[in-house]
This record gives sequence, structure tokens and C-alpha cells, in this order.
Amino acid sequence: MSAEPDGPEDRLRRFATIWSRAVFPVTSTSATRPEFEQQLLPLARRLSEALKARIFDADEAKAVGAALVAAHCTDPEALTRTLDCVDAYLVLYCGEGGVQEDLRARAARIEHAMAAGFAKALRERTLAEQEAIAQAALRAQGVVAQALHASEARFRAVFEGAAIGIGIADLDGNVLQVNGALLRMFGLSDQSLRGRRVPEWTHPDDAPQTWRLYDELVRGEREHYHVEKAFYRPDGTALWTNLTVSLLRDADGNPQYQLALMEDTTERRLLNLRLRYEATHDALTGLPNRTFFFERLEKALGAGQDQRFGLCYLDLDGFKTINDSLGHAAGDRLLVEIADRLQSCATAPGEMVARLGGDEFVALTTGPETQREVDELAARIMNALLAPVSIDGRELTVRGSIGIVEGPAGERSPAEVLRSADITMYRAKSAGGNRYELADPEADARAITRHGLTTALPTALDRGEFFIEYQPLVHLGDGSVRGAEALVRWLHPQHGVLGPDRFIPLAEHTGLIVPLGRWVLEQSVRQARAWQERYDGAGPLRINVNLSPCQLSHPGLVQDTVDILERAGVTPDALCLEVTESALIGADDDLLKPLRRLAEMGVDIALDDFGTGYSNLANLRRLPVSILKLDRSFTQSMQQFPADPVDLKIVEGIVSLAHGLNLAVTVEGVETGAQAEQLRILGCDTAQGWYYARPGPPERLHELALVDATG
Amino acid sequence: MERPAWAPRSIDIAVPSVSRVYDYYLGGSHNFEVDREAARRAMEFMPGLPKIMQANRAFMRRAVRFAVDEGVTQFLDIGSGIPTFGNVHEVAQTASPGARVVYVDHDPVAVAHSEAVLAGNADAGVVAADLRKPQEILSSPEVQALIDLNRPVALLLVAILHFVEDTDDPYSAVAELRDALAPGSLLLLTHASYEGIPLSAERAEGAVAVYKDIRNPLIMRSRDEIARFFEGYDMVEPGLVPMPHWRPDTAPEDEDPYAFSGFAGVGRAA
Repeated sequence: MSAEPDGPEDRLRRFATIWSRAVFPVTSTSATRPEFEQQLLPLARRLSEALKARIFDADEAKAVGAALVAAHCTDPEALTRTLDCVDAYLVLYCGEGGVQEDLRARAARIEHAMAAGFAKALRERTLAEQEAIAQAALRAQGVVAQALHASEARFRAVFEGAAIGIGIADLDGNVLQVNGALLRMFGLSDQSLRGRRVPEWTHPDDAPQTWRLYDELVRGEREHYHVEKAFYRPDGTALWTNLTVSLLRDADGNPQYQLALMEDTTERRLLNLRLRYEATHDALTGLPNRTFFFERLEKALGAGQDQRFGLCYLDLDGFKTINDSLGHAAGDRLLVEIADRLQSCATAPGEMVARLGGDEFVALTTGPETQREVDELAARIMNALLAPVSIDGRELTVRGSIGIVEGPAGERSPAEVLRSADITMYRAKSAGGNRYELADPEADARAITRHGLTTALPTALDRGEFFIEYQPLVHLGDGSVRGAEALVRWLHPQHGVLGPDRFIPLAEHTGLIVPLGRWVLEQSVRQARAWQERYDGAGPLRINVNLSPCQLSHPGLVQDTVDILERAGVTPDALCLEVTESALIGADDDLLKPLRRLAEMGVDIALDDFGTGYSNLANLRRLPVSILKLDRSFTQSMQQFPADPVDLKIVEGIVSLAHGLNLAVTVEGVETGAQAEQLRILGCDTAQGWYYARPGPPERLHELALVDATG
Repeated sequence: MERPAWAPRSIDIAVPSVSRVYDYYLGGSHNFEVDREAARRAMEFMPGLPKIMQANRAFMRRAVRFAVDEGVTQFLDIGSGIPTFGNVHEVAQTASPGARVVYVDHDPVAVAHSEAVLAGNADAGVVAADLRKPQEILSSPEVQALIDLNRPVALLLVAILHFVEDTDDPYSAVAELRDALAPGSLLLLTHASYEGIPLSAERAEGAVAVYKDIRNPLIMRSRDEIARFFEGYDMVEPGLVPMPHWRPDTAPEDEDPYAFSGFAGVGRAA
């Protein structure tokens, strides 16, 4: 729309421009100022017309004031600026041709009406908007309330339908609400549980911390706790639960309720108890078993200062015989009866009886007074065994051997204590049984080594822990090596190298000597063969092997020896078996027969340690021996110079006697050259001792023989 | 016990709401005394706050018109608040009758008010949802009914991202929305920043503290941090600029100094 410059239309537009520039900064509109000016232009036109109208129409001016509000001029400053603008410029730009005084009066009336119109419209708009936002808030709250209602319905479904028990109580412990699952667990009706108080639900099995945790929670010092807890059901039975209690706080974080979630674990607990019982008790006698006993013993040994323990280790005497003769069923009934009697012996607090297995039982007593109590306990047990046990109409007399260990807690491990008790029990048994013995550390130590070696012997042979050393036998006449004595050694994994004196008696005792002796013979003969092959022509090298009394009476001796010689391809005259004089004392013909047969085959038999026993010189005639080995005690006195003339006479006599009987004489323990010379003069044939060589590996003998052959 | 996700937050009109505070800045009366109280406290530090809001509205108006000019007639306005006047649907439907608009806000009062305003408008709807959960927005019945995600959409994030803390990972939420939009879609965004505020930092921080006080912390981000929201978009000229500089209708020099606080920009999805 074009307007004539400075014409009425142009002047009207200039008024609208001024007006819009004045008000725009205080409007909230998102329109641009030119757009805003376009909004004001029709309003300006209406004001212009109202200014010039013959009759003043206040409503028109009010409408313009209201229109400002509609154009988002809600800031009162917009009205101020509008009125300033109308006052200053409306007459100036739109009042051409009129009476100035009248126009000014009209403008003032317009301003008043505009102000009234603006105020009314703003008031209405404000009220409408307040109404709208309040309505919106209400509706929103309705939506939230509905959602809350739905959520509560869901919660209720969860609460009622849950398989775990749920209960809510206030912080004073008053039960407010419980769900069906909880009622079913307790076997109660809703009425009887509501109104009850949580602290009433004590149970003798409550863990010590249970109620401390509860107090902390209701005081708001703890958010939740978890315990295993028992409750009484109305019928008096126990309900066991996994209980979790949580503190519920209000929106401001103040403690408000306690929420309990419980799971019924009664069945599971019973099962666990049964499994635990089965794992810790002996099925036959119902006594605690080895596992349970070790737990208790461990506890007793770990107890504090001033605490002691006493242990009785009982093994029935001759139980194996009963089992073998009357059968296992009878044996079992005997054990049950014995278990009952033992049980009645240990009824005081801190006492227990357990079956370790077989016919081995233990009784344990603990506390500060066990030094006295353990003796009484052992006496009670011996006493309890006195009365015969009636099985299948037979009256069986039962005896037992008890090893007692007593001492302060905290010094020994359960295994050490039990081993000591075991050893002591065996001591009681070897003393004849039907008695009790008190453990003694020294006896223990001896027995432990002896016991240890004895038990390790059988496997030692399999594991190749034995080896043989050889000590040369030297001809006194020319100093040549004539052979060697085989000496067995045990390389024990813990004790190191052990000499034959440490284990041969044990091997004799357990019968292992037979396989061990056979092994030594085999090895030695094989070695002899190796020497023969190597030093062919360097003279006959003979091997001396010791025979123990046990081997001597073993029926396989001759055959084994023949087999070994044949297998190695060694002639019998390369072997000399050494037998101690004591083994042959009082030997009858039966015992001598195998030796004779061997001697007939060409095996030399040497009488070892000659002169230590009751040397029955007359006996020498009938023994199939060809060599006498003089004990080292004869040579010892010749280490000094001059030698004892009496000893010289004795040795001279023996040599002369031996030679008279066509026996060769070997001397042991030669340590000096003077000795060797003396013995040579006395007529001894061969000698061995440290002067020549200590026992050593077979290679050493090679060297000696080689030196001998070349020298 | 923690409030389950499906149980709505209760309504407490004794607590200020940023929507109603915003309405007050814009001269509206859709607010309660607590809102006005908070607004007045913030204005003690930054008297020009209403001018910033006005500049936001003016940018939004220009940007919506730009979108219509570009042929985009579907609008998703997240954080729409209380539409006092000059709202997206008014601007868009004036420029292009039949344009589709969905408003999203997590303030139940704002949602209820929008429902009242939009009653009878078949082409506009409102969703109660949270920007931090884009899938809830995208799968809402209103979005499903009004927005065709196979065609370009103008996504408005006007004066909202500065209310999302980094711990809530606003970048992921924006990326998730971007991935759901068809190529050619537009992102219309404004964001508060210390850059451009014609005041000392202490004064501006005073206003920020008020928002923290009313449990709606205002997260001021740098221009670079704001630019990262446009990842995956090509910036439309003139890029990310102070609001009055974005395709102005009138000379920016005429604008109130406060209008230059923060940044505005439009990006086009590739």
C-alpha cells in the first residue's frame, strides 16, 4: 500500500512506527519489529478515528487497549510506553485540521479508556492462564494418581502372590501387614498375627547378633540385615527362615517402616543337619567318626591358654581273632556293644568318644584338669571292658590296650597327637595288652624312627633306594686284591644313607630280608661277573656276601643261589657267603644242610665275627666253613706299638688252629701298616680295613685292582 | 525401595518447574508463585533472561519456517514446555496447513496443558516422555500416528539439552534419535553457554546456581561441546552461531545484548 508523502496515511504509519519502536523492547512476542508494527497499524488507525469521531466511543479505545494484551504486550511497561506515545504523538500525527484543545481533551479520554481496556484484558488473560495451568496441574495429578493406583494394584498382586513371606511392621515392632505366604509358613490366620510385636519372636536358637541388628535397624543406623532365624509355630515346632529385614524411609529419608522378607528353610535345614550327621558319624555304632573327632581335637588343640587335652587311644586286643572265628556280623555286634559302653564312660561336658575305624576308638577330654581326668577316663574304659560281652550265647572276654596322650593346648597338631597316641597304644600292646600306657616323648621318638623305617622298607626296595658298596679283601702275602665284601646301604629320602645295622634287624623282623638278601646277592654276583670280564687274568676276584639268620633258614636259599650264579655265568668258587658265628651256634644238621650243599658246589662259607660269641672250637669241625673272619676286636690292640703280647699269642693260636683245620684266616679292621705287617707275620691270609680302602662304589675296586696288577 | 520405572513421579507444584519458569519469562501467567520466585531470583543475577528466552522463540520461529521452506512438514519438539504463544504448531501450520507436530515433555503439568491447548487439532499431539529415553518417544502412539519416520522430520531440541547432565549421556540420546530419522531430516537446536553472555562469569554463575537450587541444574556447554550434538548432520548456513545471527529477518545490531547468549544452529541429516 502506497501512501502519499506526508499525507494522512503516511502520517498514520509514522505514528505506528514510533509506537512500535517504543513498545517492542518490552513485549514478549516472537515476531520481528516490522511484523509487530504491522500488528499495531490497524490499532493506530482505530485510535486516529476515535480521535476525530464526532462522538467519543470509549469502547473503541478500550478494544485497542485489550488488543495490546492479545499482541503479547503483557508487561505493564508496554502500557506506560503506549500511553506516553499516544499522549505525545497521536494529536501531532493524526489530529490535522481539528481544534487542538478539543483534540488534546479527546486524546486524554482515549488514554483513560485504553488503560481500562488493557487492564481488563490483562486481568482476564491472567485469570484464564492461571485457570488453565491450575486445571493442567489437576489433570496431571489425576493421571499420576491413576498411575499410582495401578502401581499399587500391581504391588498388591506381587505382595499377595509372592512365594516368599513378606511382612511390614512399624519401628516400634507392631506388625502392620503380612502376606499369605508368611501366614502359611507360620500356620497362622491373619488376625492372630496382626497386632503382634516383632520383639516377641525370640527363639533359643537366635544367633547372638540377631537382636542387635534389629535394634540398629529400627534406630535407623542400619539399612538392612540378613540372618538365619528360627520362629515358633503355634504347634511348638520350629520354622527356620532366611530372613532379610530392610528399613523403609519416607520421602525425606526418615525411617518409617521395617520390611521383612523370609524364605522357609526348615526342610532344607533338616536335610543339611541329616547330611552333616551322616558325614560326621559312624554308621555302625552311631559314634562320632574320624572326621568329627579331628574337628573336635583340632578345636581342643587350638583352645586358649591354660586349656589342656587328654586323649585315650583304644585298640581291642585280639579283635581280629573274634572276627575271623565268629564272622563279621558277630564282630560288628561286639563293636556296637563296646561303643555303647565307651559312650557311657565319657558323659561329662568336654568329653567325647569316637570310632576311628575297625576296632580303634578314641576318647577325648578337654579343659584345665585333663591331667587327672584322662587317667580316670582310661580307668573307666578299662573297667567298662571287664564284663564279658554276650554274642550268640557266647560270653566273649574283651580286652584292650590304651595309649594316653595328655598335654597343653597349642603345642601339637592333631596328627602329631594321634601318632603319639598310636605309638603309645602299641607300646601297651607289646607289653602284653590289657593295660594303658602314658605317652613318653623319648619312646615316641625311637618308635617313630623305627616305625618309620619299618613302614618305608617294603617300598624302598621297589623304589631302588638300596645300593651296594664294596670293600676290598687284600692278600697279606703279596698285597694283591683278591676280592671284596658287598655291603648294602639304604639311601633314605629323609634320613640319608643308612648302614645295615639300622635296617637289617628291621628287615629280619618283617621278613623283607629274604627279597632284600636275594637282591644283594644278585647285584654282587653280577658285579663279580663284570670284574671277571674286565680283569681277565688279573687273578680270581671273589665276592663276599653276608647271609642273615633268616635267609639261612629260608627253604629257597640253595636254589636261589644256584639260579643267580647260573644266570650271571659265574662259577661258585667266585662266591663266598659270610655267616655269623652266633647264627650257627647250636645249629642242627637241618640248618647246616643247605650250607653244606653250597660248600659242596664250591661256594666258600666264611664264619663271620669269629671270636665274639661263645666260640665253640670243637664245633668248627662239623661246620662246612673254609674261612674264619676274625672280629675286629682282635686287631684293635695291634694299632699300638708294641702290641699287647697276650693278644698276639691269642691270634697266633687261632691262626695256627685254623690252618690246622685247613681254614683260611681273614682279619677285619686293619687301619695301619704296622697292623698289617704284624698280622702278616702272625700268618693271617687276607685282610680288609681302612688301611687298604673304605667301602666304596665298584669303580674304586677297579682302580685298586689295576694298581695292584701293574704295581 | 527405589521407585519402579513405571510409577510416575508424583506432582508437587510446590517445586518450581522449568517450563513454568520459562512461561513467566515470556510474560505468561501459566505459573505459580514458586516458579515466579525462582525466576525473579535468577533475574537478580541476569535481568536479561527474558530476552534470551525471546531470542530462543524467535529463532525457533525462523527455523520452523526454514524447515517448511525446505519441504519438511513433520515436527518433533522435545522439551516443548508450556506453549504460551507462537508455538511450533502455530508457526508450522500457518506456513503449511496440515503440518504434523508432536510435542514431548516430561513435566506432567506441561503435558496436561498442551493437551488442553491442542484439543481439536488433529495434526498435533503431545507425549509424556523423557529425552533421555528416546525409544519411549519414538515408540509412543502419538509419534506412530502423526510422524512418518520414513520421511524427513524436523527435530527440535530448543533450550532443552542444557538441562541434561553428562552423566545422563545426552550425546547418545541425540545420536539415537538421529539414527531413527530419515535422510534430509533437520535438527533445530539451541543451547545455553557462558559464551556470549554480556555479564561477568560470577553473575552468570549466580543464575546457574538458582537452577541447581530448584533441582534442574543448568549445564553450560562450550561451543565445541554443543557442536558435537550435530554429529552425523551437515550444518546449514550460517552454522552454529549466536541466536540473532541465524538467518535474521532484521538487523542483529538492533537486538538486545542478552539475545547473543548461547548458540543456535540447524543441521541436515545426511
